[in-house]
Amino acid sequence: MKPAPFDYVRPESIEEAVAALAEHGDEARVLAGGQSLMPMLNMRLVRPEILVDINRIPGLAGIDDEGDCIAIGGAVTQGDLADWPDLAATLPVVADALPHVGHFQTRNRGTVCGSLCHADPSSELPLCLALLDGGIELRSARGVRTVSADEFQQGILTTAKAPDELAVRARLPKARQGERFAFREFHLRHGDFAIVAVAARRAGDAVSLAVGGVADRPEVCHWESLPDDAVDDALNDLAWALGGSDDIHATARHRRQLVRHLGRQAIAATAGNRAAA
Amino acid sequence: MPDFAIPEDVRPEDGYVGRRMPRIEDRSLLRGEGGFVDDVPVKKGTLHAAFVRSPHAHAEVVAIDASAALAMPGVFAVVTGADMAAETDPMIVGFENPIDYYGLAVDKVRYVGEPVVAVAATDRYRAEDAADLIRVTYNVLPAVVDPVTACEPDAPKLHPRSDSNCVSKRHFVHGEPDRAFAEAECTTELTIRYPRNSITPMETYAAVVEANSETGGFDVLSNFQGPFSVHTVMALALRLRTAALRHRSPKNSGGSFGSKLVIFPYIVVLCVLARKARRPVKWIEDRLEHLSASSVAPNRVTKVEAAYTKDGTVTGLRLTHWDDHGAYLRAPMPAPIYRMHGVSTNGYGIRHLEVTNHIVSTNKCPTGAVRGFGGPQLYFAVERMMQRIAVLTGQDPLDLIRKNLITADMFPYKAVAGSLLDSGDYHRTVDETVEQGDLAALKRKRDAARAEGRLYGIGYAACVEPSQSNMGYISTVKTGRERERAGPKDGAVASVTVAVDALGSVNVIGDSVPQGQGHQTALAQIVADQLGLTPDDVVVALDTDTAKDGWSIAAGNYSCRFAPASASAAHQAATRVREKMARIAAANLNVPADNVEFTDGNIHAANNPDNAIPFYRIGGLAHWSPSSLPDDVEPGIRETAMWNAPELTPTTAKDEINTSLAYGFGFDFCGVEVDPDTGVVTVDRYVSAHDCGTILNPGLAEGQIRGSWASAYGATFLEEFCYEEDGTFRSGTFAEYLVPTAAELPDIRLVHPTPHPSPYTRLGAKGIAEGNQYTTPVCIANAVADALGIADIRLPLRPARVLEWLQGEEPPPSAAVAPDEAAGEPARPTIDGSGEMQVPATPEQVWALLLDPERMARIVPGCERLEAAGDNSFAGTVVLGAGPVKGRFEARIDLTDLERPHRARLVGAADGPLGSSRGSGAFELAAQDGGTLVRYRYSVELSGKVAAVGGRMIRGAARQLIDRFLRALVREAGGEATDTPPRGLAGRLRRLAGGRT
Repeated sequence: MKPAPFDYVRPESIEEAVAALAEHGDEARVLAGGQSLMPMLNMRLVRPEILVDINRIPGLAGIDDEGDCIAIGGAVTQGDLADWPDLAATLPVVADALPHVGHFQTRNRGTVCGSLCHADPSSELPLCLALLDGGIELRSARGVRTVSADEFQQGILTTAKAPDELAVRARLPKARQGERFAFREFHLRHGDFAIVAVAARRAGDAVSLAVGGVADRPEVCHWESLPDDAVDDALNDLAWALGGSDDIHATARHRRQLVRHLGRQAIAATAGNRAAA
Repeated sequence: MPDFAIPEDVRPEDGYVGRRMPRIEDRSLLRGEGGFVDDVPVKKGTLHAAFVRSPHAHAEVVAIDASAALAMPGVFAVVTGADMAAETDPMIVGFENPIDYYGLAVDKVRYVGEPVVAVAATDRYRAEDAADLIRVTYNVLPAVVDPVTACEPDAPKLHPRSDSNCVSKRHFVHGEPDRAFAEAECTTELTIRYPRNSITPMETYAAVVEANSETGGFDVLSNFQGPFSVHTVMALALRLRTAALRHRSPKNSGGSFGSKLVIFPYIVVLCVLARKARRPVKWIEDRLEHLSASSVAPNRVTKVEAAYTKDGTVTGLRLTHWDDHGAYLRAPMPAPIYRMHGVSTNGYGIRHLEVTNHIVSTNKCPTGAVRGFGGPQLYFAVERMMQRIAVLTGQDPLDLIRKNLITADMFPYKAVAGSLLDSGDYHRTVDETVEQGDLAALKRKRDAARAEGRLYGIGYAACVEPSQSNMGYISTVKTGRERERAGPKDGAVASVTVAVDALGSVNVIGDSVPQGQGHQTALAQIVADQLGLTPDDVVVALDTDTAKDGWSIAAGNYSCRFAPASASAAHQAATRVREKMARIAAANLNVPADNVEFTDGNIHAANNPDNAIPFYRIGGLAHWSPSSLPDDVEPGIRETAMWNAPELTPTTAKDEINTSLAYGFGFDFCGVEVDPDTGVVTVDRYVSAHDCGTILNPGLAEGQIRGSWASAYGATFLEEFCYEEDGTFRSGTFAEYLVPTAAELPDIRLVHPTPHPSPYTRLGAKGIAEGNQYTTPVCIANAVADALGIADIRLPLRPARVLEWLQGEEPPPSAAVAPDEAAGEPARPTIDGSGEMQVPATPEQVWALLLDPERMARIVPGCERLEAAGDNSFAGTVVLGAGPVKGRFEARIDLTDLERPHRARLVGAADGPLGSSRGSGAFELAAQDGGTLVRYRYSVELSGKVAAVGGRMIRGAARQLIDRFLRALVREAGGEATDTPPRGLAGRLRRLAGGRT
């Protein structure tokens, strides 16, 4: 469990970073918190020629309230975000989800944008990005573009980020007046990747439910209205439609059951009701 | 800690044995000042080893090419199986068997992760780089992983010298089981499948090996834990005089739970590597290596049959075991099943027993010692059966247990298979546990929960807990005639040395090779009591050196050896020191030696404390003034006790064996609730009691119980080494092999019952470290059986599995979800898929495209090179993976059954550092709507590293690759792909939601 040889650069600016990425393309990897990258390096699952360490770049460490959105810089750790005093008021679903992201220790290193770029289909932060329909700002030597969650998250460990692009910030829309959120997760041990995680949003009659851990990326189902008596059937169809596979931790059937069960709990929680048992 | 206080009436008045006191070890361990193998400095020029490991469960090793690795700067040597076969002898086990085991694969690999080549380089990074460059060519063979299937005549065979994978079968009859079953009022049977698990230490295997030109042998530093009978195995394999293999263990070892016994094959390989490299070689096993290829407990299938009366008195027991030892047997395997043989009837008075042991080889990691050592497998079968009989006879399981337990007046009790149960009052222990653990309240809680329709159950389990293994029990695997030829084996010698220096300082050394248990503290307590000192006056050194220590073949840390054996040896050595010092002091005090007492650092006349001489003065006399010693007293004070117990006798001609010396008793009960929505089993209350005789230190004892509870909880709920049917290994990291953490562990209620000291150990102490390995898995399983009213309980209790036990038909999807979309992927060892896609070209054009390597190279994701390799065969290099995880594979595809331009079948293989893949598939081309409808199906098996560490994502990653291929195919044919998975899911979800608006 030692990495194959690689070079290392620690740029001092975003310009330097994207220049390095432009030079090395797919042979470069961005090192932020390293909580996914380092194990993959050590297991030689990834063999980049060069690591571009963005931890010392000024301007990537900020959390900014931009009015409609919260912008989270590329080097902001999950711990930084969890400690941010305005989090619960502005991004309540993220506040609920963050304690499930790894462990206290890994959150002190792992970054928010790193988790989004890693695109593990069971991760909590990509689930929140999908539910909130947030965006990722990607910088490269070619310019800047912002990619929506749906476009960004393409599949297992796969995103729309080109090899020469750096995720400089994630933008998550703030909770609006009257919106209610809920997050539920099922795991075998605290801090594990979710077997199934769901996040729900209710705005008036409209209900959205994002599901992680089942399909190849978090998927969001949106209902303009979802009366209580329709919830069970809607969730059952969703559970089947998402597919899902057996693995050593759970079966496809168990995942469907968890989509029904957690989905019902989360949707009920957004209605202000007590979660169904 | 109110839960585990020693009762007032048995608390020692004075003295340190029996006291809870802070651990001496923790002064350094808690400050990070421990001394582990990796903390010990090594010689300049020491090399580091890495291993090339098999990605296949079963394959012939066709060729090994290490030339590129050896050409790398900093690489000094490689060792292959051929080298091992030439330079060493196969490592022996305790009986004649058809397996040749050398530590590295010779001719064949037999499990995923098996070491194939060892390489030594200047550092571990280079060593792993070099390992990557070593090309091993395999011819993959069919594998077998199930121990019962493996015994069938047509199963793939692992070892060429055997025509069966059942490498040992023994049948035992104790009493008259046939008659008991024939005359029984009732009989029933149950089949148990106990999973494959381990207990994973924080510190993995670690060794530093150096050739010694003086002896022609080797100096080894490692965290090997014993038994040191295995030292002989290493020396014989290396063709050495045993004394020329000097083994040292450092001060600390970071946990073991049995696993570090089986570092020894690596030591043998590293010795050959160090000799070849002409440098010392160091190796620290990494976690991937540890989880895939160190050592595990055997999984076991047991068919258990019971004969019993209508009122539930069990009269006969039949146990048929298929014990799965994986690819090789390594000493002292197959010990676990034989270690428990004598207590096959647990603590019950069953006098008719039949046992059939199949020792089976399969394509899985070989086995070794794991805390519990055969007990969890045995007691799961026996205690599940007791619960079943209670259900079938309509009585409370606890009443049934009580009815069958042996009674206090029967001790010492010779169990039918030979164990001599030394002491106890099992009924009293049960009664005290029921009372102190408040079973009555738990029953009320169950009744209330059930009245509300909740799934709540109570489980019980009892166990006899053996400690200090008889070194002769493994001979029970042999027939009586074979044993006669080999000569007797029995006993279990423990060694402790106590020395007093010229200033009266006391030094203790021992052979117990601790891994964190607190042996230093307990030995200091025992010796301090004998010499009238405090534990702080006693310095205990438990690092070991085979060249200098007192030790015998039983030395080491296993099978609860410390409390009965090492404590007795310490007591014996300290007593001898006391007697010697008493004689020296007696001459100075003018009293008889038997009238001398040791108190508070003084030696004094028993009837006159003022007639005293300081302890250190007597120590000083022995060293500074031999002439002033009584005539028959040797100078110096250093006593080595080699302690053994006469009760540990060899296996009898009737195959009876007293497998251990002291037998404690454990009794647990628990309440669990099952969540019908999620399948989660919650332990609501868990009560655990252990009568282990004299408790040396309640803090250490409690630590053992809580630690054992934690690992047993893991075995019950989380831990399993998963293999697919084709031998693919799935549990390569701690994200796959799940170990409970503090967040998962419920607290337990400990009951300390009235102790019944062992009459056979010097302090009356028995082991306590393994009891919960025995009771907890089956206690919780019995509670789940009670909650759900089912008989067949399998561990671990994964929620997905529990859900299937309690749920009927699943609600089907509505018409909005088309059936093909709704098909979740079934559990299969392979990644299967099928689908269809419209391609804007004629079938003939598509056909031509699929058979054109140049155009295919543009379509196949990650293809770097593709060329024709004969008719309808292609070979090339592809970079495959998901996202950043990717590897370069050498691939070959053969097309067969070609019906141009309609259909063809294909088989392929890809090999690379990330693993190995074998696949097959078929496609059909049909003209449709001016284009071609391509129907395809595929089936891919993945093995090796990616399968072991990335199992959670493999199916999705494969889907993604196929999707990319098909999109590229459409593009190459001149079209634009639309609406294929996974993005097609979005549209599906929109349709679903649309149906609701």
